[in-house]
Amino acid sequence: VLKESKRAVNSILVDDDDEDEEDVERVSWSGEPVGSISWSVKETASSIRSGSEQSFPKIDTTPSLSKQGSGYSLSSLFKGNLHDLSPEETVRRMQKGRAFSLEKFRSLQDKLLLLDEAVAVYDGNVITAVLIFLKKSLSKEILFRELMARDVALRHYVHYLKEMGEQKLLVELLKALGRTEDMALMHYKEHLNIKDESRRRDFLKSCLSLPFSQDDATHVQDHYTLLERQIIIEASDKKAVAEIFKKFPRKASILNMPIITTLYYSCFYHYGESEGTFSSPSNIRKTFRISEKQYILTALGARAKLKSWFDVDSLFNTKNWLGYTKKRSPIGFHRVVDILHKNSAPVQVLQEYVNLIDNPDLKLGGALKYKCHDIVINTYRDLKDRQQLIVYREKLERDSPEYRKIQELLNNVQIRWKN
Amino acid sequence: MAAWRDAPELPDFSLLKRLARDQLIFLLEQLPGKKDLFIDADLMSPLDRIANVTILKQHEVDKLYKVELKPIVSSSDQLCFLIRPRIQTVKWISDLVNADKVAGRFRRYKIIFTPQKFYACETVLEEQGVYGDVTTDEWNFYILPLDDDILSLELPEFFRDNFLEGDQRWVTTAGSALHLLQSVYGSFSKVYGIGRCAKMVYESWRELMEEGEQRTRQPEFAKVFLVDRDVDFVTPLCSQVVYEGLVDDLFRIKCGSVEFGPDVTSSDKSIKVMLNSQDKVFSEIRNEHFSNVFGFLSQKAKNLQTAYDKRRGMDIQQMKAFVSDELKGLKQEHRLLSLHIGASESMMKKKTKQDFQELLKTEHSLLEGFEIRECITYIEEHINRQVSMIDSLRLLCLLSITENGLLSKDYRSLKAQYLQSYGIKHLLTFANLRQLGLLEEQQAGETLTVMESKVGKLVNDKTVGKLTDAFSSLAKKSNFRALSKRLALVPKSGEEYDLRVPRDMAYVFSGAYIPLSCKLIEQVLERDGWTGLEEVTRMLNGQEFAVTEARNKTDAQRIVLVMFLGGCTFSEISALRFLGKERGCRFIVVTTAITNSARLLEALLDNHA
Repeated sequence: VLKESKRAVNSILVDDDDEDEEDVERVSWSGEPVGSISWSVKETASSIRSGSEQSFPKIDTTPSLSKQGSGYSLSSLFKGNLHDLSPEETVRRMQKGRAFSLEKFRSLQDKLLLLDEAVAVYDGNVITAVLIFLKKSLSKEILFRELMARDVALRHYVHYLKEMGEQKLLVELLKALGRTEDMALMHYKEHLNIKDESRRRDFLKSCLSLPFSQDDATHVQDHYTLLERQIIIEASDKKAVAEIFKKFPRKASILNMPIITTLYYSCFYHYGESEGTFSSPSNIRKTFRISEKQYILTALGARAKLKSWFDVDSLFNTKNWLGYTKKRSPIGFHRVVDILHKNSAPVQVLQEYVNLIDNPDLKLGGALKYKCHDIVINTYRDLKDRQQLIVYREKLERDSPEYRKIQELLNNVQIRWKN
Repeated sequence: MAAWRDAPELPDFSLLKRLARDQLIFLLEQLPGKKDLFIDADLMSPLDRIANVTILKQHEVDKLYKVELKPIVSSSDQLCFLIRPRIQTVKWISDLVNADKVAGRFRRYKIIFTPQKFYACETVLEEQGVYGDVTTDEWNFYILPLDDDILSLELPEFFRDNFLEGDQRWVTTAGSALHLLQSVYGSFSKVYGIGRCAKMVYESWRELMEEGEQRTRQPEFAKVFLVDRDVDFVTPLCSQVVYEGLVDDLFRIKCGSVEFGPDVTSSDKSIKVMLNSQDKVFSEIRNEHFSNVFGFLSQKAKNLQTAYDKRRGMDIQQMKAFVSDELKGLKQEHRLLSLHIGASESMMKKKTKQDFQELLKTEHSLLEGFEIRECITYIEEHINRQVSMIDSLRLLCLLSITENGLLSKDYRSLKAQYLQSYGIKHLLTFANLRQLGLLEEQQAGETLTVMESKVGKLVNDKTVGKLTDAFSSLAKKSNFRALSKRLALVPKSGEEYDLRVPRDMAYVFSGAYIPLSCKLIEQVLERDGWTGLEEVTRMLNGQEFAVTEARNKTDAQRIVLVMFLGGCTFSEISALRFLGKERGCRFIVVTTAITNSARLLEALLDNHA
């Protein structure tokens, strides 16, 4: 229906395309309406690139602006009055952006009254302003101690330090509060700022001794090990000459990729290497405790991409005690079929795996979708569904082997059809 | 309950745009002479909605630049910065000023903070030694009307700042926004709300009210409902399936406008389209479940063909009349129709895939509390396959909220697999999600709740109530399952749901779930307060309130303002529009920003230090 209506709309004849300009917003090449602000900003940007606007800076001859404006500078005029204001009045003035003075709040008690008043009026802007004042006028030990009992103010302070990038003080604060796990994470986060991979690796190594929760400690250890290995693999693969690297040149470096991406990479470029090498799939699997399911899924993706159907087969082959091979999979075979199909596996390969799907509905669905005729025909035969067989026959080429097979079945008088 | 009547007229919000524009012009005039203007990236679209380059040029703005926190190339003697009050941006400006000083270059600098300035920003100017060299101003552009019934503060950072960081810097902003609405459109008679932030916003607004002069004019809307985003995290985490929501999920609507790429326009260029009630095609499909949209569009296409066909056999006079009266409208409709058909087609391609169907099935099972083991297996495979990092996270959060946290062994295993698939740095993401209560490991004490519900069947209700009280103090829990039962959010499965004739708000999620936020609003309006909802509010951790301001019964009683603190989804807006139609009233949504699952979760990532 949708296709039809699309065709209908597209086929409607319009007299003159130029007229469209009248009722349609004028749009520039980037799709921004001409004259819009976003459009204009782009124009400026492109003119900079072309360098056409470069000229000598003018010398400013006008006197600099008088220092007008805000409450701070005005405060000198009213010093007398402002100093007499109560915490309530001061906070009120701060809320309104009027002149105020914090200088008279010198005793710890006064400072805390001021802070509590700011918290009481819910104004985050004023809370932070008071905290900035306290940061400058109290030692950090005292400030930390007082913040411990004031959760709202504390959270404002932590956020302010984060925004100011005062990492060191923040770590000290969290330590003083006994929030060691938060402190460890905060420190770990710093690695995102380090671009150079060796420095990043060394930094991660220094994180290992931080007081993470037990689980997170394992993850951070993994992070360090991963990057360490990636650096080794990258150094050797950058100049690798093996056939596979020529046939499928690497599109990006493996540095800083997730564990699973690294496993995929290793299944792609280093399949079959012995467990002793860092780049081998088995080594990565073991080092990072990758589940069987996850391993099979990743290896399947990589080997199917390379169309190594033999490798795909051996992933699922298991031998029983009599020595017979049998296919077994920790992921549903319908998923396996999906992945094989996405990598354009030939019908013979697909057919084998469609046959392994447990669920009869999924199996028939897969067989229909991927045109595994034999499976479709056998399934209908087993269901004794004559009507479906007739319908399916019509979809096949006349005199093809499948067509003839259906024909034979339909002529078989021994089958007791249900319809 | 009010009998169905014609929906009341909505107030004219374009006035808000005019006010904002006039103030901006006034501020620009404070810096006479030619100047270059630097605009924060996320202010460009909002600014585009209220002014254009011509207006800026008229007030001697020479060149426009986007703030990129990089060295600038400007030869102007006067630099004006139009920015959000962020420390990082102010640091960048201070660096520019100091660099100019070193180079012996004199310029004038002005920062216009919007919607307001913060002391922390001014302190940066002071500390960097440029206070006084730079003058500052405030542009109180609190509200951008995105549509007839959607007003946005355009502050996506509200969500993270308030709920994750616990920074209340935007509380007074939200209060001021309400105060602005009140002073332009008249006072409100009733205010309801739920949530910690909602309470603070109300207080902040009340203070402003007490100071300001009382307006006596007829109010244009009389009821206000304030709701915190963390009251209902389930709704924004669900996949959206009404047209407007789906467009937002797939193409990201930005400030009421969307950019359709070449796959939609079937040409080599992208087209930006405004999506609002002015678009006649869009306004008819925006609230529809996407399975209905295609039928509607093809009918529309047929009608259009018929209208065009009228030309055949016309004489010259008739043709002239046709061209002048109808053709323009038809062409406009034609253009919009092709775009929406293109968009629907691209949606169908993505959304009818097996993957999406399975995803929806899993979401619905989670909402229903059905076959949880299968859901976990599905999520695990989703993670293992390394498909969409955000979708995996979304499903994990839905699982956690609906199940009151994950069993310890599930939590550990899923987290480990997630980190393997998407990067170990997501440790930080998990810490944030845990802090917010979006993704948690069940604590030893909490397993008692399972027992408690079993015991509940044996012992009388009072005892259970006491037990529950004791446990609810242990941790902030979502209680989704119990809430869902109490408020009938999830219709009984197995019942047919005709999406073309929706019977309740559940249609916005294919009949599987009524948005909790909207259900609360419905219940409170129906009861004119929280009476009878005590159990519900207890499960939502309290913080509810209802205040009567004045008593004036006018038609305005049928216009309800709903303010979402921390963001609102298009699905919720559609649900409220449906509710309004049912009850003969209109809802106006005020939100800190439009959100969806991706925006909500992206705000909680720590990708950069």
